[in-house]
Formats: sequence, structure tokens, C-alpha cells
Amino acid sequence: MTDLSTSETKPETIPMHMTSGSAIIESSELGKGKTVRTPDKENRPVRVKARDVSVFYGPKQALFDVSIDIPAKAVTAFIGPSGCGKSTFLRCLNRMNDTIEGCRVTGQIELDGSDIHDRDLDVVELRARVGMVFQKPNPFPKSIFENVAYGPKIHGLARSKSELEGIVESSLRRASLWEEVKDRLHEPGTGLSGGQQQRLCIARAIAVSPEVILMDEPCSALDPIATAKIEELIDELKQNFTIVIVTHSMQQAARVSQRTAFFHLGNLVEEGPTDTIFTSPKEKRTQDYITGRFG
Amino acid sequence: MSEHIVTSFDQELGHIDRLIRDMSDQAASMMQSATRSLTTSDNALAQRVVSEDVIMDARQRELDEAAITLIAKRQPMAQDLRAVVGALRMGADLERIGDLAKNIAKRVGAVGQTPTPKQLAASIESMSDLVLGQVRGVVDHYVARDAEALKQLRIDDQQIDIRYTSVFRELLTYMMEDPRNITACTHLLFCAKNLERIGDHVTNIAENAYYVVTGQQLPAHRPKTDETAMALAE
Repeated sequence: MTDLSTSETKPETIPMHMTSGSAIIESSELGKGKTVRTPDKENRPVRVKARDVSVFYGPKQALFDVSIDIPAKAVTAFIGPSGCGKSTFLRCLNRMNDTIEGCRVTGQIELDGSDIHDRDLDVVELRARVGMVFQKPNPFPKSIFENVAYGPKIHGLARSKSELEGIVESSLRRASLWEEVKDRLHEPGTGLSGGQQQRLCIARAIAVSPEVILMDEPCSALDPIATAKIEELIDELKQNFTIVIVTHSMQQAARVSQRTAFFHLGNLVEEGPTDTIFTSPKEKRTQDYITGRFG
Repeated sequence: MSEHIVTSFDQELGHIDRLIRDMSDQAASMMQSATRSLTTSDNALAQRVVSEDVIMDARQRELDEAAITLIAKRQPMAQDLRAVVGALRMGADLERIGDLAKNIAKRVGAVGQTPTPKQLAASIESMSDLVLGQVRGVVDHYVARDAEALKQLRIDDQQIDIRYTSVFRELLTYMMEDPRNITACTHLLFCAKNLERIGDHVTNIAENAYYVVTGQQLPAHRPKTDETAMALAE
């Protein structure tokens, strides 16, 4: 157990101060935030554990004491109105908030039982373990092949050209894109359609064999057919990855996720099995939001 | 309950609720008329019950359509979803209650040819009053969102079962007394059975309504004794 003073000795480059040490969190602890919880019946192992996570943008607090267990090999959906903190919290999970000037994160987040704010932890490596897919497809201005090969190359995952080609092919296959692009691997990734670009970004994320994939509204820029393909893909990916998805579409959250967390005004209001959240939520605010009664 | 951001959503849900209430009012009135026509041998009234069933069917179709359109248009969630799915199921039960009332009315002609013993008519009437109270109560409690009353109403179905058993025994006695009663009594027995079945549909409605109101399912086990099987063996 590290004492409080360690947080002060953190390198300046990490604009983050932990209020507590990096001890392993007791599973019984559920933090101070007042969240209504319905436990998981399936008893999945916990991959990401967050306790009392608060986020400040300068003097303004955007997230208040969020505590949640994210189960492995399942899809967890974050829902809530704009500005409720769901994307902010998502970005905490791979320390993307580090890159935002004036942003401060407190609380504890563990990935497989180890603190992601640990001084010895390499952020670049963390982001390989916790991949991210964004709202707008953002392929690199390079070939389709290079887009997928980039991650494995910089992380040294392939020892030979043929091994790299193997990773690219299997990633594209897992992203259900291979058949559509196998004959044009050296054309620019930006030349694909929106839906294909998004699947390319997913292929790029899974090429480095992450444990967790974060998706920030991955379908909001796509048409219904492309959306259906991504949802089908998410369904397949959850066999091997832990997925966290932020979505504005309640129907999408209901379709793809096993657990749902509802955020409102920076608080995690309720989290539970998706079936429960969408048929009989316990908290009034959740009910009002998902039934379209929010004023 | 607070209102939806989209006003027409509230109107559509209100329309579905109103159809359920209309159907339940009609089911109650059909049932009441059917029993009265039976005990007073009123063929004209019985005919009216039979013809009212057509309206009942039409209402159910209207309810189905409204519910399906709402699901397609609004993708309701949580209590809204429960209300719409619950309405579909309650509508089906109410329609069955109408059918059973019609079945009772259809027997009026057959029973009417032989005089119904006064006492027997009285016990069927009192059974019918009990069932009628349940039919009226269930939708009232649903409209009032009164979960406790719905739970109690489901338990009260026992009373109907007990009454049915006693009517059954009574009918057996009359048949044994005088074989000329057999035809009328058999028809009356079917009528009593239909009333008992109506009670079961009310129980279904109460269970559905309870789920719509609370989001919880009532426990599956409910004290239920059918003593007519035993009475036969005696």
C-alpha cells in the first residue's frame, strides 16, 4: 500500500493527483457515490474497477464519485443526456483525460487489479490494453493495411512481415471488413465508406490485442445498415473483449449491452443488468430519461 | 405521472388505457346481462349479449392495432413498455371474458325450457355477483395503480373457486333428486364453470396489471383448490 504522499511525487507530465493510494480495492467497497445497483446474476469476473472517480475541468467538477465494476467479456453501455459525464468517465478508463489541459482526475481505477495511475505504468501501453473507437471514424491518412499494421508495429507485436500480414488479416476479419477490402489493402483508408471506416478503426483497435475496447458513440455518424453491422460486430467481439460503449441511442444500448449504467449531471445514478434497466428501472430519474419524460 | 416530452406519446398511451377501460366496462355489462338472462329466462337479453361480443372483438382489434403501432413508432421503455405489453395481454383476457359471457347467454334458451329451481338460480346469481365484483375491481385498481389491491384481488379468486364447488355440489343434488333436472342442471353447470373461468381471467389481468404497475412479477404459487374432482369421487 502506498501512502498519500506518493501522489505528490508523481511526474509533472501526468496532470493527475490521486487522493488515495493504489491499494487493491476491496470488492465489497462500492464507494461514496449514491448509485442504485442491481448486481450481475451471471457472476462475470470484473475487468475494470473504478472507485470514487471524480473529474474536474479546471474549477468545475464534471464527475462525482463514480464507482462501478465493469465485467469481462460483456458489453457495458453508458447512457445519459449530453453533458452527463459518460464520455468523461469513459475517457478516464484509458487516461485519455491526461491529454486535456486543466483536467484533473481523482479516485481509483484498476485494470485487472492493478492501478492504471501507477507511476510505473506506461500510458502508451495502457492505451494498447484499453483501445478506443470514436464517434467519427478517424482512420490515419494511410493505406488500409498501414492503418491496422501501425499498432502492432509500434508495440513490436510482429517479428516478421508475414506475421504482421497475419495480424492485419485476422484483425480485419474479426472486424468483418476483410472480404470488402482484401483486394484493395493498399488503397487509402479514408477512401472507404463511413461504416467501413468505422470497422477499420475497430480493426485497428483490436490489432494490438487489447483487453478492453472503449467505444464513444461509434454509430452516431453511420446509417442504419452500417450501424447494424457494427452492432453485429460488437456482439461477436464481446466473446473475447470487454467492451464499454457510450451511446445516445437507448435502443442500441438495449440491443448490444449486458449491463447499462445511467449517468446524470455527473453522477452515476443507476447501473444494473440491461434487461432490468429497460423494463423496470429502480430510480425515478432513470425511468424518466429512458421513457422520454426528462424535462 | 410526469408527462412525455412528446405530447402525442401521452395521448397514444391514454388511448390504449381508455380502450382497456371500455373493454372492461363492456365485459362487466355482458357478464351481468348474461347471468340475469339466465336466471330470468330472458331470451331477448341473451341475444343482446351474443351480439355485443362482436363489438368486444372489434375493440380488441383496435387495441391490438393501437399497441402495435405505438411500439413501432415510439419504442416504449420501462413502465411505458410494460403498459403497452400489459394492455395487449389484458385485452386478450377481457375478450375471453366476453366470449365466456356469450357462452352463458347462448345456453339461456336450453335451460329456459325447464324451470330453474329458485334456490339454484340464487346461488348462481350470488356466484356471478362475486365474479362481477372482481371484473369491475380489477380494471379500477389498475387505473388507480393500486398494486396492493391487485394482489388482494388475485387472492380473492379463491372465493369464486369455493363458490363454484358449492354450486357444483348443489347441482349434483338436484340431478340425483330428479333426473328430469339433468338437462337444465348440466347447462347450469357449464354456466357456473364459465363464471369460474372468468374469475381465472380476472386473476390473469390482476397479475399483468400488477406487473405493469410495479415491474415485479407476483409469485407463481397461489392457493388453488378445485374440490369438484374430489366431490365426484365421493
